[in-house]
Formats: sequence, structure tokens, C-alpha cells
Amino acid sequence: MATVQLSEAEKVYVLHGIRDDLRVDGRSCEDYRHMEIETDVVSNTDGSAKVTLGHTAVLVGIKVEMGKPRPAQPAEGYMEFFVDCSANATPEFEGRGGEELGMELTNTLYRVFNNKRSVDLASLCISPGEHCWLLYVDVLLLQCDGNLYDGISIAIKAALFNTKIPKVLISEGEDGGTEIELSDDPYDCVRLSVDNVPCIVTLCKVGPRHVVDATLQEKACSVASLIMAVTPAGTCTCMRKVGGGSLDPESIFEMTEAGKRVGRALHGPLTALLRQEEALGPTRQKVGFLG
Amino acid sequence: MAGLELLSDQGYRLDGRKATELRKVQARMGVFAQADGSAYIEQGNTKALAVVYGPHEMRGSRNRTLHDRAVINCQYSMATFSTAERKRRPHGDRKSTEMSLHLKQTFEAAVMTQLYPRSQIDIYVKVLQADGGNYSVCVNAATLAIIDAGIPMRDYVCACTVGFVDETPLADLCFAEESGSSLALALLPRGGQIALLQMDARLHQDHLEALMEAAMTACKGVSKVLDEVVRRHLQEVSVLTGE
Repeated sequence: MATVQLSEAEKVYVLHGIRDDLRVDGRSCEDYRHMEIETDVVSNTDGSAKVTLGHTAVLVGIKVEMGKPRPAQPAEGYMEFFVDCSANATPEFEGRGGEELGMELTNTLYRVFNNKRSVDLASLCISPGEHCWLLYVDVLLLQCDGNLYDGISIAIKAALFNTKIPKVLISEGEDGGTEIELSDDPYDCVRLSVDNVPCIVTLCKVGPRHVVDATLQEKACSVASLIMAVTPAGTCTCMRKVGGGSLDPESIFEMTEAGKRVGRALHGPLTALLRQEEALGPTRQKVGFLG
Repeated sequence: MAGLELLSDQGYRLDGRKATELRKVQARMGVFAQADGSAYIEQGNTKALAVVYGPHEMRGSRNRTLHDRAVINCQYSMATFSTAERKRRPHGDRKSTEMSLHLKQTFEAAVMTQLYPRSQIDIYVKVLQADGGNYSVCVNAATLAIIDAGIPMRDYVCACTVGFVDETPLADLCFAEESGSSLALALLPRGGQIALLQMDARLHQDHLEALMEAAMTACKGVSKVLDEVVRRHLQEVSVLTGE
């Protein structure tokens, strides 16, 4: 992640503030920054979303293609992830500089999303063993100000909600093989169910307390972080500790409880907002980057 | 594509425009707070983001520092979901490297680099949606981003891609029209100086002058739009800072 240089005095200031539950920008330890979400921003894709979390900006585009299912799971479709840390975020990501961070993010996304408990992969199957829908989820990192995992997971959930998969009709061909017909109407499509899709919550341990949605400054003062994926029901599906410092088992337990609480509180308003945006209909004013 | 006429008998193109009409341009400067300068532009369905960092100390190889002017470093990349068929690598392929070099050449002609010796200016352009005229839209976006960063330039750099169908030059091509002949021109409008001229198609020599004239007129049209965007942005910013 792009890092920022902090002096010792600044670190002490941040630490003392967090100890008293008051962060540099006035938030409490479990508050998120101002978040803006918009779906359907790129028309070339089958589903897209743009999320701005404070200064962190993420754009996700999903393209749906037909392919052969994996041999191990013949009755399921699958997802392919790719995270592009673009040079827009910081000059260090120019050329191949952003590849390392991109790989790390991509691998975590595979673990969190690409399983049948998070996304209903069985609904992506067209004919078992032969055809299935393949979702290419491309994440574009435009601005980096800490808390990338949360922003990316919210954007992926919004983009999955927005994804429209064309309806197919399977029929018997002349030689006995299956023939696939795509519906002629471009608006005739199937939507994915995002009820179980988790969101990632990152908790950074700064001093004796943990903070949610850490900025780059706070990350520079923290020793370690805990990344957890939380479903709308409040269950934790994936957990990982990152960072060079070590954590006490008690603090891990505390952070897990806080993460579940925060994650559960995040899904409700998010789903309500997405449905509200959907209810505005296809004639709504698309803002994108112009607003 | 059989039966797809790029220019109908009544003079209308595929998307209903006339031959010399440009696509709708919408732009915004100062999109990202963390970069020194940034801009977003939409020309029809082609959307591009440009971000400028600098002038700052030379990063990477110090021996490429120029003693009397700044080095301009450009990177052109496309989002993987920008094209109709998914692109596997955002940048690093031959086309992107070539575009990056063209952008560098274009901006070296316009930016007053001699004011910043021994430093580097980074221009990163990202195409979010590609529907024809990618290079031109990127140049326009980068111009706005450089102005947003406060780096002095000799003039606006405006670019446009033009084509030739049925003895008529078509201004501002979309993706379907680009399959024929296409000429990309980057112009400094006030002096009428050409920063970059590129064409990859077969065209009769006699038509070249007409095509270039059409391109220059289109670029001047784009420059008026960009000028308006800059002035509007300046007005908004000065209102916010209370001047």
C-alpha cells in the first residue's frame, strides 16, 4: 500500500487521540468515512460500481462470458478476479510497480468471494459439465488513502447487485449436442442474488484500541491489522492477520467481535441504498466522475 | 461489416451526426484530491481519466535527468473492462507503449519544460471506456489535467481523430468508423502548430490536405470546449476560496 511518512510527534498525537476515541478527523473508532456509491457507471460492462470512501476511489467492472466449468465443480460457474493498481493512485504503481499489491488483493478476493456460500455459483451453470457463466470481476484502484479491502468489497457487492446476465435457452441441436440461444431482448436478463455476499472489514490495532476504516496516517501508526469478511447475518467467513507486528489472542477475539458488529451494521444500509438507486429506474441521471 | 454505411445519402453517420460534427464533450477538472492535477473527460461514449504528478524530483534512474529541462513521463493504460472484449493486460503491450510514447512526444512540444530543469513530470492516462478516438480523448484529458496541476503550457493541446469516407472527411470517429482510414492530429490551436500527426491506412495523396484541414477545424472546436471547461472550473474554485 502507498505509505505516508509520519514524524514521531504526529504518531504520538494520533495514538493519544485514538486512546480517547477521537481520531484526527473527528470520527470515533468504529465509524466509516463518508462513502459514495454509484452503480452502472461503465456501459461496456454487464455490471459496474464506483465507490469513494473518503479519498479512496475504486471502480469495479464485471463482464459476463460463457465458458466451460471447472472439472472439479461441473455444475457451478465461477469468478475470475483482477485488481489493477493503476498509476493514478501513486507514481510508485507505474509500470509493474503495482503488481505486488494487486496480486495480494486479488488472492484475498478469491478466498472471500469465489465460493458457493458467498455467491450462488450454481445459478451460473447453464448445462452441467459443458457451459457455464464466467464472471470476470475487474477492480481498478484509482486513489489510495487506506482501507482498500473494505472499499473493494463494497464495490464488488454493488457491482454484483448491478450485474445483468442474459437469459439463455438450451435446446437439443440436430446432432444431439446442446444448442444455446441468447434472448434477443437486451433487457431480458437474470440478476444475481447478493444476499450472502460478505463485506470485508479491516480493523487496525493502534495502541490499546482498534480502529475501523483507517487512513494511511493511522495505518502508519498501527502494528498489525485484522481483515475479516462478514456476511449480512453477522457470520465471519474469512479472517487474516496482516502486518509486521504481533497481536495478543485476547485482542484478536475483541477485534473479531467488533468486526462482526461493524460488518452486520454495514450491510443493512448498503442493501437499502442499492435498492433505492435501482428504484430510480433506467432514466436516472448518471453522475460518475462528473459530479 | 456488410451493409453498414458509415455515411448515409442524407449525410448522416451511424450515430446520427453530420460529417463535421463532434461528439458531446463533458469534462471535469480536479477529480482527485491526492494528485497534483487530474481531469476526467467524456467524448461521446469514450471516457478517459488523466492524472498528473509533478514537477518533482527525478524518480528511478538519475542518469536520465536533463540539466536544462524537465523530463515528461507518460503512461497510457486501458481498464480491462474498457473494450467490448475484455483486455487481459491493462498496459505493457505494444499498443499501449506506443501510445505512451506518442503522448510524451505531444506534451514535450507544449509544456514549458525549460522552467523545471532536473525534474520529472508524470502524466498517467487511463481509458475507462473505449469507443473510438482513444488517443485524442487522452490528449484532451491530459491537457486539462496539466492545467489543473498548474504546469505552464504554451497553448492548449487539442486532438481529434478524423476519417475519410465517400470523399467526405468525418470528424471525431467512433469505434465502428475507425476500421476504415483514420488520422489522429494533435494541435496547438492558437498558432496552428501540429504536435503529432499519425495515420495508419491507405489514403490517396490528393485527399490528405482536405483531411488535415478537417482535423484542424475539429481540433479548434475541441479547444473552445476545453477553454470553457477551464474557465468554469476556475470560476467555481475562486467562488469556493472566496475571491
